[in-house]
Order: sequence, then structure tokens, then C-alpha cells
Amino acid sequence: MDASLAVLARGITKCFGDVVALDGVDLDVTRGRIHGLVGPNGAGKTTLLGLLLGLAAADGGTLEILGVPVGRALSAVEGVAGFVDGPGLYPSLTARQNLAALLSLRGRDATTAGVGEVLAEVGLRDVADDRVRGFSLGMRQRLGLAAALLTRPRLLVLDEPSNGLDPSGKRHVHRVLKRLAADGTGVVLSSHRMDDVEALCSEVTILTTGRVVFSGPIAELSSQKRELEYRLITSDPGAARRLAAGADGVRVVEDGGTRYGDEVLVVRASVPALDRLVSRVVRSDIAIRELAPVVPPLEAAFLALTEQQEQQEQQERTEQLEQLEAGR
Amino acid sequence: MTATLAARRPAPARPVSVPRAYRFELVKLVAQWRIRLLVLACWIVPALFVAGVSAQSTLPSDTLFGRWMHATGWAGPLVVLGFAGTWALPLLTSLVAGDVFAAEDRLGTWRHLLVAVRSARRIFVAKTLASLTVILLLVAGLAVSGAVGGLLTVGDQPLVGLDGHLLAPSDAALKTLLAWVAVLAPTLALAGIGLLGSVTLGRSPMGLLLPAVVALAMQLAQMLPLPLVVRLALPGYAFIAWNGLFTSPGQVGPLLIGVAVSLAWALTATALAYALFLRRDFTDLGYDGSGRRAVTAGLLPLVGLLAVSAAVIAPVTGGSGSGIEQEKVQRSLATAFAHLYRMQTRQLHRPAVTEARLRATAACDKGSDRIAARGPGNDWRCVVSWHLPGVEATGTAVYQLDVASDGRFVADGDGPKEVNGYFLVRTPEGDAPNPLWQFDGNVELLPTSKG
Repeated sequence: MDASLAVLARGITKCFGDVVALDGVDLDVTRGRIHGLVGPNGAGKTTLLGLLLGLAAADGGTLEILGVPVGRALSAVEGVAGFVDGPGLYPSLTARQNLAALLSLRGRDATTAGVGEVLAEVGLRDVADDRVRGFSLGMRQRLGLAAALLTRPRLLVLDEPSNGLDPSGKRHVHRVLKRLAADGTGVVLSSHRMDDVEALCSEVTILTTGRVVFSGPIAELSSQKRELEYRLITSDPGAARRLAAGADGVRVVEDGGTRYGDEVLVVRASVPALDRLVSRVVRSDIAIRELAPVVPPLEAAFLALTEQQEQQEQQERTEQLEQLEAGR
Repeated sequence: MTATLAARRPAPARPVSVPRAYRFELVKLVAQWRIRLLVLACWIVPALFVAGVSAQSTLPSDTLFGRWMHATGWAGPLVVLGFAGTWALPLLTSLVAGDVFAAEDRLGTWRHLLVAVRSARRIFVAKTLASLTVILLLVAGLAVSGAVGGLLTVGDQPLVGLDGHLLAPSDAALKTLLAWVAVLAPTLALAGIGLLGSVTLGRSPMGLLLPAVVALAMQLAQMLPLPLVVRLALPGYAFIAWNGLFTSPGQVGPLLIGVAVSLAWALTATALAYALFLRRDFTDLGYDGSGRRAVTAGLLPLVGLLAVSAAVIAPVTGGSGSGIEQEKVQRSLATAFAHLYRMQTRQLHRPAVTEARLRATAACDKGSDRIAARGPGNDWRCVVSWHLPGVEATGTAVYQLDVASDGRFVADGDGPKEVNGYFLVRTPEGDAPNPLWQFDGNVELLPTSKG
């Protein structure tokens, strides 16, 4: 195994009865990087994270975590921490007691193990002695992260860590995760929030129905030459519309005005075609007040990939059905 | 270099030790307000109850030893024990053992716990030990609190046993302690059933209530005219069999059988819960218990255990009857009467007489010659006869007996008035409760012992 990898998974399969949750999944997570795991509901993200945490064993394939081969028996690797399906806290205990109880499990003294420091790091110092029963979802998420930090992980596995976070909480969590990555910890997180993934992750794996449809640097995904819709607000909407209508590789979305108002021009174009249009608009002395993708590039890429995969699977199913009927 | 790298490789994480996991579970349990309130209630309420009841004029004479709460502080913890065996202990085990696994389902913390402890086996052991610790704390509270309340309010006086003989305070204390220790066995059986319900039924309320429901079913079964062998094979029998400790000689056969059966149930139910727990798929978020698994892997083995227990016990009980027969009832009643007659004699400052010289006997039937004089019922009618030294005439007294299926009976005096027909006797110190007017007794159910 490459020493720079925190996770090396090849051909991982996992079934629950007749349901195939993971179907030949490959995953590389580099130490010191934040790796995003995205996919629609039921794609297998939580199952994959569960395998990394030692909560389940794969049915097939090979998995190495922090250089340790993981067998078929349930087992976790030292240095791995995190949570799936919520942080798992005890509401009758305070935030500090929750962390102290976890430390006592590991035979460490809560007074010297830095409970106060990790609570401060995730922005919960002021509520350290409040019962978790009264915590919001975002506060629980942050406390779950604090619990993981106490173990000084070399691989941190988080399932939807941004769920329920307010902007301040999100800033705390992002800062902690970036600091961990900078210190060499590999971080794998799943999220439905593409803006979070884009802001945090340097690598991303997109799963759909248990299969990987993309895995690699996030820049590679968002820079793929696919057309996106862009919203354009200018000082002269009529002239801008005429320029867009005549530009190569640019298509004016006719119902854009209906969606956003007459002042807004919505065009569909690749990045190079959009660049050419912007140059022409500016040369025509038309001021550009706003230019933004209607759907963020990563989200668009995600939707395109997952919809493509779903269409492909639908087509395969139809073909199989036709073959069956032809055989009768 | 390779060796150095290999040495630095992280190893598979070692599971957390059982003592640490046990402390973790105990902290979680004790942090719950419900558990704290239960502990407080168990350590305070019995003392207040015993003190309050002992101070009032009307006593709970339908509860075993309730009629003696004015006379000795040792009656209090035994009244509490009778109540606890019926209601408190099943409910307490429900709230502790019946919830200890289901709570993790409710909070969604199983995965977190598994990541933290890294061993389902050790989680099971830790949770079981933690819940047993809390249950023992609650039972100890009930016993100690009841005794303290009785001793502070009434005092350390001799206790009248179930055959009428007087137990010295030290003997009463020892027997009371043994009785409470004995009911730990059926409590553990209910705890095992609670663990099984908690594991198999998940968040379902039925999992939480299972010990209470099983206890209620066993109480109903004890009320039915079931053969003695079936009643003894039920794990709840030890809740009522401790009364045999308060006779002389002690009728400990049913108690020992009840304790053994209870422990067998506790071990079997816990082992089933353990096996089912280890087979559980913790990655299945939708898991909410399995009714079918509860029946096939939980209920059926326990029904099998009931059948095996009955088969093993049958030769000891010597048949399929209730264990309550005419000759045994007569012997128990005559023995209790003789002891209590001596007590009445002392109260009235009459010349002392021994049980041997009284030669008390009883003749009992069940209302009619056409009905066989055996089995429980409130239609037992007995005539007790005795002789006083130097008196030619034979004394006689009539009693109506209500005999319960567990052998306990209440003898209600029907006269003559100066012996057992009135609830008070006039002593030189003033009116006092008449020990012969109404008293409790116990029929030995097993054929091998003598009453």
C-alpha cells in the first residue's frame, strides 16, 4: 500500500440480503487530504463509511486502512475515528461528561486529556456543562466531532458533518477539518451539500446505486467540458440577449426571464463559449453586474453523472426485459 | 527500514476492557433521572411506608406479616418484600434491564458505542453487569429502608413466625435477610427476561414491559389451580416461597427449588439475549426488533426450560396435585395454634404450658363430606382440640381457613369467644390483640418434609 494513502479499497462489495449496497467500489483517500463522498440517497455512502469505521465487514474486495488490511471479521483499526448516522451522544450527560465518559473507556483522564480544548475548538466551550438533551442538531454534530478529535485520529470518517450547522458552526467545523488535514490526518466525509464539499474537499468520489461514477480531484470534476446554465445581469439586457443569441456555442434559455425576471438573461454554454460571450459583451460597452452559474458546477456535474448512471441502468434493465420476453 | 515501517504500522484496535465498559454503562445509567428517582424512591419510600403504617391503627393484615407490624420492626421489611415481589421488583427490572439495550436503539447510538468499545461481546457483558448493579442497589434499598423504618418506629422485637413460634430478633433479622437474598433469584430471572426483551424487541414498548408482563402472567398462573409441579417450575415462585423460612423447622424445599429454577431462567434468558445480540446487524438502521425472532429464539427455549424444569421437579413433588392435603393442613394449623396459645397464655398471665402438653390437634374438611379435603380454597373448616394439664375437659375452637395455592393460609377464629372469637384479649395491662383470633400459617407443600 502506498504510504501516503489512509484508505485503499479495491472492488469492495457489500450486500444486505438481495440489496447490493456496494458493487465493486474502489476508493483512495490520501493522508492530509479531505475526501468528499457524495451521491443520492441509497447510493451506499453510509455503508462505505461504516466499513471504514469497522461497523461492518465487506463481502468482497480488499480494504486497507492506515496500512492495515481489514479482514472479513468486524474490526476497527487503531487511529480511526468518526461517526455515521449522527454523532451518538447521551442526552442525560453534559457535553463534558459525554467526552469524559468516552475518555474513561480508553483509560484516559478527562482532566488532562484536553476536553476543554476540543470543546473550545468546535465552539462549545460555553455549553460544556449543559446536558446534551437541550442541544440543537448542529451542536450535537460539533460535539460528535469533538469526541472524534479526542482520539487524535489519523483517519477521520464523518457522515454528513454539516447537518444542522449554522454559519458559525460550519465555520468551526471547516476550520477543524482543515487543520486536521494540514496536520496529516486523512478525512473522509459524506455530504449532500455540494457547497460544503467544494469548500472543504480536494478529492471527491461520487457514488450512485453502489457504484463509483467519478473519483478524483474536485477540480477535475468541475472543469470537465460540459455545458452549464449561467445567470447574467447586465446594464443592457436586450443588447446582451442579442449578442448571446448570435454567439457560437451559446444557447439562450427562453424561460430564463420567466424564472428570474426580464432583467436576467439565462444562457447555456461551456466555459470557453461563455468566456467568448463575456468578451463580446464587454467590448460592446455593456456592463456585467452579475454572472453566476444557475447550478454550481460541482452540483451540475454530480447531477449529470448520477442522472447518466440512472439512465444507463434503466436502459440495461429495459434491454434485459426485452431479451427475456424475446426468449419466451 | 522495512522492519521499522512495519513496526510503526497501526494494529487493529484492541477492544475496551470490560471494567471500563462497565463503568461507562454505569455512568450512563446513573445519569438518567428515571434511575436516580428510582434509587431515591427505593431507599426512602419503604421506610416512610413502614413507619406510617406501623403508626396507624389499621394494619395490612391481608399481607404476610402485616398483622404484626405493631409488634415488631421486622414485620415491616417482610411486608415490603411481599409487595415488592408482586409489583415493585418486576417493574424495577423492566425499567432497568428492559431498557438497557433498547435505550441505544432509541438514541441511535449503537454505531457510536461499537466504534468506542470495539466489541459487541464486551458491550453485552458491561450492559448486563451495569443493569444488575443498579437492580441490586434498588433491591438493597427496599430491604434496608423497610428494616430501618420498622426498627426505628416499632423496635427490635421478636417476630411471630408462620407456625406461631417466636423468632428472637437476631433470628428474625437473619431470616429477613435470607428472604430478601432469596428473592434476588427471581429478580435476576426477570432481569434476564428484560435483557432478552430489550435485545429482541428493540424500541418496541413490549421490550420494556416484558419483565412486568411475564411477572403478571406468573402471578395469574399461581392463582390458577395448576399442579404444584408447574407452579414450582415457574421462575416467579421464589417470590412467594420465602415464607417457608419463617416456620420451625423451615419449609425450605419449595424455596430452594424456586431459587434453582429462577437462576436457571436467569442464565438461559441472558444466554439467549447474548446469542441474539451477537447475531444482530448493527448496520441496519431500520432495525426495530423482530417479533418472529423473539418467539423462535426467545420464547420457545424458555417454554422448553419450563417443560424441562417441570419434568425434573415432578419426582420431588410426588405427583400432579396441589400439595395441599387434609393431613398437612391439620398438622400446620394445630402447630400454629399450639404456639400461639402459649403466647396468649403469657399475655393473660395464666400458668405456663408447653406445646407438647397441650397436645393440640385439628380436624379439617372442605365444607362438605362430598368434597375431597385437598387443594386451596377459602372453604376449609377446622376444629382445633387441646388439653390443659389438670383439666379433664378437651378445649375446642373453630376456624375458617382460606388456604392459598402457595400453602399460605389465614385462619379466622369462630369461637369460643374467650379463646379465638374476639380480636382483643383483656390482659392485666389492658386490651391487646388476640393472637388466636386471626393468624397466618403455612402448609408444607412438598411431601418429604414435616410441618
